[in-house]
Amino acid sequence: MSKSNTKKPLKIKQPPDIYPTKTKAQVTIIFFAIVAMYLYSMNWTQRDMVGDITDAPANMVSVLGKFFPPNYSYWSNIWDEMALTIQMAVIATTIAAIITVPLALLSARNITTFKPLYYATRTFLNLLRTIPDLVLAVIFVGLFGIGLLPGILALIVFSLGILAKLISETIETVDMSPLEAMRASGGGTIQVIWTGLVPQVLPQFTSLVLYVFEINVRASVVLGYVGAGGIGQVLQSQLRYGHIAFPNAMAIIVLIFIVVLVIEYISSKLREALI
Amino acid sequence: MIEFKDVSLVYPNGTQGLKNVNVTINDGEFVVIVGLSGAGKSTLIRSINRLVTPTNGSLLVDDEDILKYRSKNLRKLRTKTGMIFQNYNLVKRSNVLKNVLAGRLGHTGTLRSIFNMYSKKDKSLAYESLKRVNIEEKVYNRADELSGGQQQRVSIARVLTQQPKYILADEPVASLDPPTSHQVMTYLKKINKEDNITTIVNLHFIDMAMEYADRIIGMRAGEVVFDGPASEVTEKTFEEIYGRSIREDDLRGGTES
Amino acid sequence: MNLTLPPKPKNSLFKKLRAIVITISIIALYIWTFLGIDLDWEKAINKLIQQFDKVIPMLFSPDWSATGEVALTMLETIFIAFAGSLMAAILAVPLSFLAANNMMGKYLSMPGKWLLSAIRAFPDLILAILFVVAVGPNAFAGVLAIAIGSTGMLGKLFSEIIEQIDKDVVQGMQANGANRTQVLFYAVLPQIIPEFLSYAIYRFEVDIRASSILGIVGAGGIGTMIVFASANDNWSQMGTILVGIIVVVTVIDFTSAFIRKRIV
Repeated sequence: MSKSNTKKPLKIKQPPDIYPTKTKAQVTIIFFAIVAMYLYSMNWTQRDMVGDITDAPANMVSVLGKFFPPNYSYWSNIWDEMALTIQMAVIATTIAAIITVPLALLSARNITTFKPLYYATRTFLNLLRTIPDLVLAVIFVGLFGIGLLPGILALIVFSLGILAKLISETIETVDMSPLEAMRASGGGTIQVIWTGLVPQVLPQFTSLVLYVFEINVRASVVLGYVGAGGIGQVLQSQLRYGHIAFPNAMAIIVLIFIVVLVIEYISSKLREALI
Repeated sequence: MIEFKDVSLVYPNGTQGLKNVNVTINDGEFVVIVGLSGAGKSTLIRSINRLVTPTNGSLLVDDEDILKYRSKNLRKLRTKTGMIFQNYNLVKRSNVLKNVLAGRLGHTGTLRSIFNMYSKKDKSLAYESLKRVNIEEKVYNRADELSGGQQQRVSIARVLTQQPKYILADEPVASLDPPTSHQVMTYLKKINKEDNITTIVNLHFIDMAMEYADRIIGMRAGEVVFDGPASEVTEKTFEEIYGRSIREDDLRGGTES
Repeated sequence: MNLTLPPKPKNSLFKKLRAIVITISIIALYIWTFLGIDLDWEKAINKLIQQFDKVIPMLFSPDWSATGEVALTMLETIFIAFAGSLMAAILAVPLSFLAANNMMGKYLSMPGKWLLSAIRAFPDLILAILFVVAVGPNAFAGVLAIAIGSTGMLGKLFSEIIEQIDKDVVQGMQANGANRTQVLFYAVLPQIIPEFLSYAIYRFEVDIRASSILGIVGAGGIGTMIVFASANDNWSQMGTILVGIIVVVTVIDFTSAFIRKRIV
């Protein structure tokens, strides 16, 4: 154990001699497989690198140095773009929050007792979640041309997958007994859901929508990179100009950083208050 | 009038819930169904408002076979049968008034109920119901702020607001302590007498069954094994129904508080 | 029966004020949004009419001749995600101890917490842009972007796990006369390792998605192909890429969920 102990503190729960030999062998094999794959990955990803990896840190410092100091006076040029970026996220989150309601109900096992429908919705949502936001943006830009609309659509589709899944999971943890009582007193399906289910999930629903809004703000700042509107578009054009525009680019990055932090702070405070 | 005619129920997993049940319950009766857990009391009671559907026989409520009912008739049936549950089944985050008004769902259009547009009459009916179970001072409290006994009284108020012809109570006192249990049973009995609402209660406490029931139906393994007026029932009857001697936990104890 | 309900109890002034402030802010947010956003529907719809037949049918008839290239770049994407997440998992361990209240005390853990949330505020793609500038447009820039980006999230999750450990076990060890290192290895690590591993594997799932877009800024992986396919209007190749991403992400999600279930 002495050798592996120093290398992989993560793997050790107790002194190995407490474990059966089989477990020890398994852990060792998995450990070496992971290390091998890691070394191979590092090797592969560095094969296109110009120069030696040992130059990288120095190189990095010298190039990153060109970004500093950020040109904060550039901020006055980008307020509108930053505002548009947040507005995209607001609209996309709102629309996603509306569309998500039927989808979340259909993909909650305790509400949709008709199994084929439940599985169909689940599969659809799982499929939706596998596609990264920027890929969606690229496709929508291809369909609608450069602008805000493809960005908003990409955000809607992207956040729909996440939101519907999280909300359906919340619905599945709900106390079903009031719903039974509502049904027993003659309520129709919509009445049962509205009076028995909605009050139980409303706080979590709001909290999850805010959470997805945070995700959307983060995603929207980079969507512009593929032509889907917002601050990302400006960032891309500044980086294209080369070294002289790097301080402008850094100013954009700093602004993005601040905006994301502020929105996350407000949103997390609101969510704490809700639950 | 509720008539079970040779009603059987087999659950999808093969469990026999009810077996050739033949029972007639007359209007205004206060019937207590006793039996061990798993004897089919709950299935019997839930058949009446079709929360479960018997697989054989016919079940007549006011001379109509409810086993043939589909959604619209089903809502009507459920509107005239109120139900009380062991765990009160209140929406914990909603206030008492909203919970009680839920009793009007069957009488109210979907849109109206979504926007909380209950009529003034409904609201005063809800408040009156709360008064009848002496819990009107909690009208704006959230349901989860109430004790178990208070929650069960709210659920009785919900049923009263529904203005049903029948009340089904599934183990209404199983989660309560002895004094509160007697209180809840007293309210049920009082409502039965004052409003002439046919009331069917599942209980497994022998002493409470004998104290409150007009008529006792005993069940074992899905079958009705006893049916007669409470006055004819002795400890021996219970031993026959339960298939074993009476133990202390078959008694609730305590007296009316 | 003409009972009237008693008046509703009055909410406290603070509560009322809070409700008013929140309502007004939300309304203001939406007014600001709808006044600010000006969508050019006509242009978008014209473009849609023009592009629809070129894009949608092609997306659903993937160009299978590109399968080899897609598979290879998808493999690179997996390598980027793997190397990045592993680096992050290792980097996150010391940082998470520095950011845990019960390890460092409430005030000393603050800088660690700040550092982690500062890292998290950078979107992955922005980090990738910086690293592409620093080490050139290649997959290693992607690895670094993933590594740093994931460190922020993993460090936070890890520190939350550490904060939830069972204190009694630690005290028991201390009562036995164990020193700090011994307590760490015998009382702390056994409690946190399964959760750490589980989160690290979960993060690998997330990183697969993240690394498949890094190529858009030149940081390697399948993203590079995405840019070319859209620039050349080669939507059937885009279809193949989508299939590649969906298959790989689904397979890895399932495997990872399976492993995580066994660990915890």
